[in-house]
Amino acid sequence: MTLVELVRKNLFRKKLRTTLTIVAIFVAFVIFGVLATFQNAINAGVEVAGADRLITVNKINFTLPMPLAYPTRTAGVAGVKQVAHAEWFGGYYQEPRNFLVAFAVDPKNYLDIYSELILPPAQREAFLREKTSIIVGKASADQYGWKVGDRLPLKSNIYQQKNGSDTWDFTIAGIYTGNDQRVDTTPVIFHYDYLADTRSFGDGTTGWMILKTADAKENPRIMREVDSLFANSAFETETKTEQAFNKAFAEQLGDLGFIVTSVVGAAFVTILLIVGNTMMLTVRERTNEIAVLKTIGFTTRRIFGMVIAESMLLAVIGGLLGIVVAWLISFALAGPLSRFGPVAFSFDTAAFAFVLMALLGLLTGLIPAYRAMNTDIVTAFGRK
Amino acid sequence: MSEPLIVLKAVTKRYTRGKQSVPIFERLDMSIPTQDFVAVMGPSGSGKTTLLNLLGGIDKPSGGEIVFDKKRMDNLDESKLAAFRAGNVGFIFQFYNLMPMLTAAQNVELPLLLTKLGPKARSERVKTALEIVGLSDRARHKPSELSGGQQQRVAIARAIVSDPKLLLCDEPTGDLDRETAGEILSMLQTLNRDLGKTIVMVTHDPEAARYAKRTLHLDKGHFSEKDLAA
Repeated sequence: MTLVELVRKNLFRKKLRTTLTIVAIFVAFVIFGVLATFQNAINAGVEVAGADRLITVNKINFTLPMPLAYPTRTAGVAGVKQVAHAEWFGGYYQEPRNFLVAFAVDPKNYLDIYSELILPPAQREAFLREKTSIIVGKASADQYGWKVGDRLPLKSNIYQQKNGSDTWDFTIAGIYTGNDQRVDTTPVIFHYDYLADTRSFGDGTTGWMILKTADAKENPRIMREVDSLFANSAFETETKTEQAFNKAFAEQLGDLGFIVTSVVGAAFVTILLIVGNTMMLTVRERTNEIAVLKTIGFTTRRIFGMVIAESMLLAVIGGLLGIVVAWLISFALAGPLSRFGPVAFSFDTAAFAFVLMALLGLLTGLIPAYRAMNTDIVTAFGRK
Repeated sequence: MSEPLIVLKAVTKRYTRGKQSVPIFERLDMSIPTQDFVAVMGPSGSGKTTLLNLLGGIDKPSGGEIVFDKKRMDNLDESKLAAFRAGNVGFIFQFYNLMPMLTAAQNVELPLLLTKLGPKARSERVKTALEIVGLSDRARHKPSELSGGQQQRVAIARAIVSDPKLLLCDEPTGDLDRETAGEILSMLQTLNRDLGKTIVMVTHDPEAARYAKRTLHLDKGHFSEKDLAA
């Protein structure tokens, strides 16, 4: 037998109580893991945003349009290397629940600027050549089983065609991937011209502009100059870094960081009280045994360490189980949550979970360990 | 006469209860030779258990000196006292005080976890200790699967496994029937006689005290020595 084994035997001597406590910790870590994964998905767009990319939207609201002439004018601003524009299609596949992030873009500029989207040259060529073609991200292609060459009818919850149809027919020219795991590969991307030629309203307008700048240090000046170009017009603009734009976009869902922190915080405070109470009870029940251990020569430091080790073991068992299950759940959520971004259980989440386990173990063990350490042998045996 | 193993010089012990200071011993002197087997008797509240606590280093005197094997131990700090107990003293309690989730062998092994002995050496020591108390065949049993007498024998094995010089027994047969008590006391006699253990045993039972070499009567903080064996 070793001291570690002694700690383990102590922990599992009341099997039901220990199991229930582990379940409580497990649930808290599942909640943490799933929420953190969701937050990662939302933040992924912010993290992969290019430092040399700016987004220009209508100043009143980013859902409102701007004139199609703006990209050409913006391209003339010093320091702007390339400009693309994009329009939100409000697309879905077959039925509204199959919502898709679908953009109508000027294809060449868009693909040049978003160099993190990886598309085989032949597919890129085919996409640029054919106005009714579309490229789809790998995540969506996998989800719906799409292949290159498939016909893809998409509906819009915003637009109608001039002929009254709400369905646009596309041919899949390519399936793109990302150069980084965090790159969102759920959107589908097609030609702005196809939409502009067929839609029943919105002539001469586009949704927003994406600017690639020559030097990120020049971004503040460029943002000012672009917005001043269109100041006092009917379509004033607001230019932000792509990171700031993505962050603001993600926050439409609410302050996710605050929500996640609040829910996880509440779960952990509850767990702290439950586990702390259990540990206090456990140590109080063992007062006599702790006195015996001290009598046969266990030092106060060793007793302290054993109780802390026990609470750590409890936190690690429950926490590890919870994190493994959260990791498995993240695979199940990859499909349903893909519209928010690439869903993946990150290393950072796992590392933070271990910090939480250590903190939980330490905090819940501290007071009981201190009490155990200070157990007076004479008093414990009722010997006075 | 053997060299004294423990010497108490003018030991005073007081407890504070509320605002009152209650004296247990006032300038108590005592000497216990090596390989002695002493029974300590006396009425409740006479200070028997307090004496045992002082001898075992689990309580400190309010005044005076306690010398163990020619070294003062009353002025040791908590961690040194723990080391002293681990190396020199084996305790046997009335209610055995075994760990319920451990087997007999694991209970016996507990004091050895504080030593530098490896698993194999520890295992051999445990085996020997269980053989001495006649419980080799119960090594894998938990306390709940053993009788009171067997549990007390496990406690004795735990007390002797680290080969201490001194065994302190607090009413070791107080929870046992007469026959089992006799077996336990005979075992203590054997440990004293054959293994040379110095034993101090607190008891209320004059029959138990007969197994000791001598009996000390403690009353109101003072000894009066009688030889009940005579």
